[in-house]
Amino acid sequence: MMHIIDRRLNPKGKSLSNRQRFLDRAKKQIKRAVNDAIKDRKISNTDGGERIKIPADGLTEPRFMGDMTKGHRDRVMPGNRDFMPGDKIKRPPPQGSGQGGREASEDGEGEDSFQFTLTRDEFLDIFFEDMALPDFIKKSIKEEVVHEFQRAGYKRQGSPSNLNLKLTMRNSLARRLCLRRPRETEIAELEDKITLLRKKTNLPIKDQKKLLALLEELEVKQKRRRIVPYIDPLDVRYTSFTEVEKPNTHAVMFCLMDVSGSMGEVHKELAKRFFMLLHLFLTRQYSKVDVVFIRHTHLASEVDEETFFHSRETGGTIVSTALEVMQKVITDRYPPEDWNIYAAQASDGDNLNSDNARCRHILTQELLPQCQYFAYVEVWDRHEAEMFPSDGNATRLWQTYDQITKSHENFAVRKVTGPEDIFPVLHDLFDKNKTSEAV
Amino acid sequence: MSASKKKAKITPLFDSADWDYAAVDKVFQAIQTIAIDEMGLDVYPTQVEVITSEQMLDAYSSVGMPLMYSHWSFGKSFVRDEASYRKGASGLAYEIVINSNPCICYIMEENSMTMQTLVLAHAAFGHNHFFKNNHLFKQWTDANAILDYLQFAKNYIAKCEEKYGLKEVEKILDSAHALQGQGIDKFTRRQKLDSAALREKELARAEYERSQYSELWRTLPESKSKDSHEIDQIEKELARKLGLPESNLLYFLEKHSPILESWQREILRIVRSIAQYFYPQRQTKLMNEGCACFVHYHIMNRLYDTGQITEGAMLEFIDFHTRVVAQPDFDSPYFSGINPYALGFSMMKDIERICEQPTDEDREWFPNIAGNNRAIATLKDAWENFRDESFILQYLSPHLMRELRLFNLKDDTSKPHYVVDAIHNEQGYKAVRSALAAQYSVANLDLDMQVTNVDLHGNRSMILTHNMTNGMTLEEKQADMTLAHIQRLWGYDVTLNSVDPNTNKIKKSYSD
Repeated sequence: MMHIIDRRLNPKGKSLSNRQRFLDRAKKQIKRAVNDAIKDRKISNTDGGERIKIPADGLTEPRFMGDMTKGHRDRVMPGNRDFMPGDKIKRPPPQGSGQGGREASEDGEGEDSFQFTLTRDEFLDIFFEDMALPDFIKKSIKEEVVHEFQRAGYKRQGSPSNLNLKLTMRNSLARRLCLRRPRETEIAELEDKITLLRKKTNLPIKDQKKLLALLEELEVKQKRRRIVPYIDPLDVRYTSFTEVEKPNTHAVMFCLMDVSGSMGEVHKELAKRFFMLLHLFLTRQYSKVDVVFIRHTHLASEVDEETFFHSRETGGTIVSTALEVMQKVITDRYPPEDWNIYAAQASDGDNLNSDNARCRHILTQELLPQCQYFAYVEVWDRHEAEMFPSDGNATRLWQTYDQITKSHENFAVRKVTGPEDIFPVLHDLFDKNKTSEAV
Repeated sequence: MSASKKKAKITPLFDSADWDYAAVDKVFQAIQTIAIDEMGLDVYPTQVEVITSEQMLDAYSSVGMPLMYSHWSFGKSFVRDEASYRKGASGLAYEIVINSNPCICYIMEENSMTMQTLVLAHAAFGHNHFFKNNHLFKQWTDANAILDYLQFAKNYIAKCEEKYGLKEVEKILDSAHALQGQGIDKFTRRQKLDSAALREKELARAEYERSQYSELWRTLPESKSKDSHEIDQIEKELARKLGLPESNLLYFLEKHSPILESWQREILRIVRSIAQYFYPQRQTKLMNEGCACFVHYHIMNRLYDTGQITEGAMLEFIDFHTRVVAQPDFDSPYFSGINPYALGFSMMKDIERICEQPTDEDREWFPNIAGNNRAIATLKDAWENFRDESFILQYLSPHLMRELRLFNLKDDTSKPHYVVDAIHNEQGYKAVRSALAAQYSVANLDLDMQVTNVDLHGNRSMILTHNMTNGMTLEEKQADMTLAHIQRLWGYDVTLNSVDPNTNKIKKSYSD
């Protein structure tokens, strides 16, 4: 009567395709929600999923239903305490937890928003969907080509290490079947019969004839076995590889951050968020991108990711030191002939006045000609931004850099005043659809 | 007393909370002995499938069926259920049972052994018996063919997606889903679900016909012009041919829509066949759950009485059972209408009481069954021949109405007050009972919506009529959106009117 089946090992994610369809359908809303979500969230902390809320328009499944606010109806309910027939009860106001409210959200249909959880991968995919590193291929120098091996079918010649066993054996089996190569068991059978006959003494004529016939058959089969080999050179196949040319995709990203005393916690937080996003974006989109972290006060040093994001330090501000370190790293490890170089710098715009000219010099003379793209992000406290709204109050560093943008199209400056600006700025800087127009 | 003597001899079937296959099997045998030999239940063979909570969520999203075609709306309910489950806002069912032959019964791996016992009694015997014996299920659904049919539907829709594109198929499914509630043959006998093979053949034939059909023949000139009387005659003839008025919108569109291709018609047919399959479940929710609860309660008690389950297990069961059949009062924050488990279970227990220990009042109200001492047989008869509406009308006793303290609130939206119409007293019993029954009636569950006219010779517009019940019009936003879906399927103008059936006057018109 009963039959018990363990389904627990069945493939998971039966609903995956439906889920995908749903995400596709809600793409627009989800994209908006994802962008909103990132405003006030540390993305590096999202190890689990990301809960988002989207408006339900376009996702409603309409059907005919009665309007509960019209007409008349009976409602039988349990738990009467002191009602008597004829009692009148005042209708509760339409808003709130009345019948109407329940009806509307009964199935989640009437609700105007819809909450669920995206996996981290889904989230990031949508998040970085339309961003890319600009001008990925170097223009100025001749493109370096890398050779890579790629599978390309099978061939008859090759080195033994590339022997394709599966295909070889299949060919061999087919050939043996076609040419009717006797199997070992067949021969063994024959031999058994022969030995059986031979054991008998004084064979009758009939059996002698039979023995002869068997011997003959055995000889034929053995001959056939010799002629038709188990594996013939004809069968052998090798896996083939061809060399393909791939454009050089060596890229390095420099992250420069001011960690001096003038950078308040707010500034640092903003700058870090910017770099975290940038870092996430780079590591996600480009597996081979090298990232170099440089932080500076009045001294600059190359640090690892952990130190860059998490350790504290104070001191004065000399921006050019960072640029110098960057220059040094480039000469040491990333020759511009072989590498695509990108850089992003974050600072509050404070700099030793006398240093601005030097920064300008290093940038225009040395770094910018070597870089594909250099982005400068200035972080402002919100209060500061409110107090000095006009461009006239721009920091010196900003002024200096702003001039550079006029002459160099691979240089961009942006201002960030709050966490909500970070993503738009990042998005703006690395917009996929942006052609190489001057920023 | 005899029970306690037995208890000493028999060792319990299990004494740990963890379950294993051997224990489940043993328990199943024990339950079967009680259910079949003692209670005389009649069930389909059972197929128990152990699943994880994730798989339970999967099953949720495909309306509980083991296989289903793909559609984004299932993904939507999946992410919604998943979100609310992860948040802890809602728990998962302990089982899902499918009206098929063999009866498929999903049980969750994290259930304790007691829960598995309960679930088997509840689903594999309670629901199973109901599915096999209730007249509505017998008449409307085909337990033998459903899984086959779903397989066919899934494959067919996947094939359509390959051939005509995801978007096109999605559009048709969206529209068909919007009309699910209007895709049921309420008045005629169900058609048997075709076996997958048969259906394939039929489709191939339709496809051949389509490929042979030539539009050219239709351009032959009409022989002569017709006068208005003749046109009237033709219209009447046409209405007869189309079978108007027709309440099954999906069926009508499938057969007569001027713009659909054969694969689109087939998809409408699939959606409506599945809607039809679920139709009896909506009409018997109360009875179905009541039956399952009564059966599991009876079986668990018998197992305990015969010493086959421990006191600990019994306590766990009682704790769970009490929560399932709890009915919060109308003014409790937990109140969300009448709990079908609670009302169903208490009505069945009440019938048992009337059969075994009737009062004078019961003898007066239920002369046929009071004191007949055949509780199980009486219940089996009820399970077989009633649906929620008629079951309440027939069996809700004054005793139970008093116990639940039921009262009827008249809600006339045009008045500023609700009025308490009847309560659980001598004058009110019948009124409360029929009001409660009416809440479970088909008229109350489903809107009365019909295709009443189609202008095939003019602009091909379609007129839909909604016959209002209790003066209730349609929710406008939803109606407009649904109309847009009908228009997509029909291809020409569609008008919908809410009509007062008493006066035949149009109360409200909708258009998108």
